[in-house]
Amino acid sequence: MSQDELISRLSQLTEEVTVSMGPQYVTCQVAPTHLHQFCKKLKEEKDLAFDYLISLTGVDMPEYMTTVYHLESTTYRHMIVVKSNTANRTEPTLPSVCDIWPTALWHERESHDLLGLVYENNPDQRRLFLEDGWGFPLRKDYSDPTRIVER
Amino acid sequence: MSNNLQDKIETQEYIVNMGPQHPSTHGVLRLMVNLEGEIVKNVDPVVGYIHSGIEKMTESLAYPQIIHLTDRMDYLSAHMNNEAVALCIENALQVEVSDRVKVIRTLMAELQRLASHQLWWCVMGMDMGALTTFFYGLRDREMILDIFEETCGARLTLNYSTPGGVMFDLHPNFQKRVKEFTKYFRKVLPEYNQLLTGNVIFKERTVGLGPLSKEDAIAYGVTGPTGRASGFACDVRKHNPYSAYDRVQFNEILRTDGDTFGRYQARIDEMYESLNIIDQLIDNIPEGDYQAKMKGVIKLPEGEFYQRVETARGELGVYILSDGKKNPYRVKFRSPVFSNLWVLNHLIKGQKIADLVAVMSTLDLVIPDIDR
Amino acid sequence: MAFDIYDFTTLTSSIHQSLSESLPPLAVEMIEWTLVGLSMLIFVALFGLILVYLERKVCALFQQRLGPMRVGKWGLLQTIADFVKLLMKELITPNRADKFLYNLAPFIVIIVTFMAIAAIPFAKGLQALDFDIGVFYVSAISSLGVIGILLAGWASNNKYSLIGAMRSGAQIISYELSVGLTLITMIIFAGTMQISGIVDAQASGWFIFRGHIPAIIAFIIFLIAGTAETNRGPFDLAEAESELTAGFHTEYSGIKFAFFFLAEYVNLFIVSAMATVLFLGGWQPLHFGSFEGFNQVMDFIPPIFWFFGKVMFIIYMIMWFKWTFPRLRVDQILTLEWKYLLPVNLFNILLMTLIVLMGWHF
Repeated sequence: MSQDELISRLSQLTEEVTVSMGPQYVTCQVAPTHLHQFCKKLKEEKDLAFDYLISLTGVDMPEYMTTVYHLESTTYRHMIVVKSNTANRTEPTLPSVCDIWPTALWHERESHDLLGLVYENNPDQRRLFLEDGWGFPLRKDYSDPTRIVER
Repeated sequence: MSNNLQDKIETQEYIVNMGPQHPSTHGVLRLMVNLEGEIVKNVDPVVGYIHSGIEKMTESLAYPQIIHLTDRMDYLSAHMNNEAVALCIENALQVEVSDRVKVIRTLMAELQRLASHQLWWCVMGMDMGALTTFFYGLRDREMILDIFEETCGARLTLNYSTPGGVMFDLHPNFQKRVKEFTKYFRKVLPEYNQLLTGNVIFKERTVGLGPLSKEDAIAYGVTGPTGRASGFACDVRKHNPYSAYDRVQFNEILRTDGDTFGRYQARIDEMYESLNIIDQLIDNIPEGDYQAKMKGVIKLPEGEFYQRVETARGELGVYILSDGKKNPYRVKFRSPVFSNLWVLNHLIKGQKIADLVAVMSTLDLVIPDIDR
Repeated sequence: MAFDIYDFTTLTSSIHQSLSESLPPLAVEMIEWTLVGLSMLIFVALFGLILVYLERKVCALFQQRLGPMRVGKWGLLQTIADFVKLLMKELITPNRADKFLYNLAPFIVIIVTFMAIAAIPFAKGLQALDFDIGVFYVSAISSLGVIGILLAGWASNNKYSLIGAMRSGAQIISYELSVGLTLITMIIFAGTMQISGIVDAQASGWFIFRGHIPAIIAFIIFLIAGTAETNRGPFDLAEAESELTAGFHTEYSGIKFAFFFLAEYVNLFIVSAMATVLFLGGWQPLHFGSFEGFNQVMDFIPPIFWFFGKVMFIIYMIMWFKWTFPRLRVDQILTLEWKYLLPVNLFNILLMTLIVLMGWHF
């Protein structure tokens, strides 16, 4: 499916998604409430078949937090980017997609560890790299007086 | 009576901590292994012992500086890591590098892949108890490292790619030495097979062990030779060609067995393919600049950029989110070993503890790549 | 004092006579036992060191490197330096280990090797204990070593050690069976259990040639089972460096570790010596039927060199296995024993009995 076709196909999928053309890939902006349902459709629709979650990235934005999903279909070889913003930074929660793509379990755990994003329904939300009680280093307001890393 | 007795005896789960200092975890990986006798019930990898915060550090560094850090992630595919970041930056800036740079990068990447697979092979033998393989593999790897040293001064952390090209031009001896190496290595590779692949004990221990189905490989995001042994066509070089991969003929090694032996054989076959790629390119290195003209301070346009590269272990993704300043807003490395590691529990449940070591070595783990 | 390199009986009997002239019989007995004990001690220590050096050189040969080269000429003093280092190291006892058993284990292992070595005939007249059940004695004694290994694994309070010890227990007890049955095969052929008798019977030809097919089968099985019994690669499951760090001796350090280490090499020697005695004619030179000239040349080489030459050849083979093969898994090791070696062995005993009864041997 070419990128233009993807855009039109994805826009039809649900109403709550904004599809646009990013610098490289088609980008879908989804509200957290519809994220799980949307992802399920992405995987299950026969002509989309996004069965391979390449990468899951948490990003700390000034007003909210984002999770960026890079998806590929191993049958059609098309790629899209799905993004979902949390409502705020104080309680950043998103639904987990680990029941759709098992690999997400650990990517979400990593994101939880480094950014403090909480993925609902993820069975394993322990810290991954850091100790319990450590801050969330990839947040922009993280400060570590002993090792000063400033932008 | 015997039932009564069995009720009275308290049993305890036998939890063994393999690592962080253990000969076969190849670094500071810790596995919490639940055992019942010799049988593995559950494996819970505990990572983070070598977490160096590369993603956080990049946020305070300029773009060319990021490349220096990527060497330290998967140190056995250092060049591919460098290349991934360089390609991502070039892609964002719409810089066209010369053909010469593309070919040089491809050649170096394939040499690096060979070196990595050689090390994997010798360590695999050692994990299985055949200690001699270690010296055979390292002997041949040394030749590649010498070529690297002559080309860019470094043996392990190459740091050769820069945004817009490579650090130095090729050494005049490069072609000659690479040709010598490929000729020699084609002769030696069958020796590897004689020593380990054909061995009865080795086959007994690996064939049919820890099978991974294609569906599981995709679901767990297992890439690289590990995934391809299960039939998951995930070779980025083939499906999203970068550098000079679109101008060479090579096969994507796809197998259907997906067991430990399949993963082993996939890597051995991949070494032959790498030799093929090198042979095709080594005589046709085009003339041209080895470094495109770049600005003094590199600033990426606002937006997000993603670059996929095939390292020796699988798919490396570099995600750069830029806000237009001279250092990135967020960088994420989708490291191959991170995804591959978590399939371990799925593969090893119900097998013996000796199999755990065998399966783990075919996953080809490099711990800093997990922790970053 | 008469000394004859071809026959040590003259030497030993002259020592005995000169002692008996001036001392009461009990004192003679005591002095002789002390002498034997001392020479055994020196032999084990020296031969252990030589074997460790050899192993490192042989393994270097297979791995295309030089091995130890720095200490002494060609690294000859390396193992002595290592031994001195081990002597001086701190002895660590893990917390909450069973102290008594933990300290006892290495002694059991090393004492057992000494006991077994007493029955080995090094040359004509050079054998400390010549029982009429000599073969049975060696087999019985060498299976005691596993107790030391099990104790070491249990008492260390270490999970790797326990797994290693249990593996080792299962393995040694299984392979003891194969060793025993091959011994029985050869005893049937020899008609005696006395080690000197077995060696004497091979004056006209080694058993491996005289017993042809069943003897060769028994020899191969003995080599496999013997390698397994000494816990060496490809059967080094009890140590299994890449799986269990060091298996049963993970927690041992200093001289206690050295005991395990030494015992492994002395066991290697015992297995090779038994193979030599049973199959390759002990200290008997190589003789071929009626080639008188050839036989005389062979007779010129002293028996002690014959014995050690054969032992070294078998030790070299066992080292070769170790540095070439990958390690087996624990279930495969037991499968190999119970499903393959044991039936073949039982059949081989029948075959040997038939051949002896029918007189179809040389």
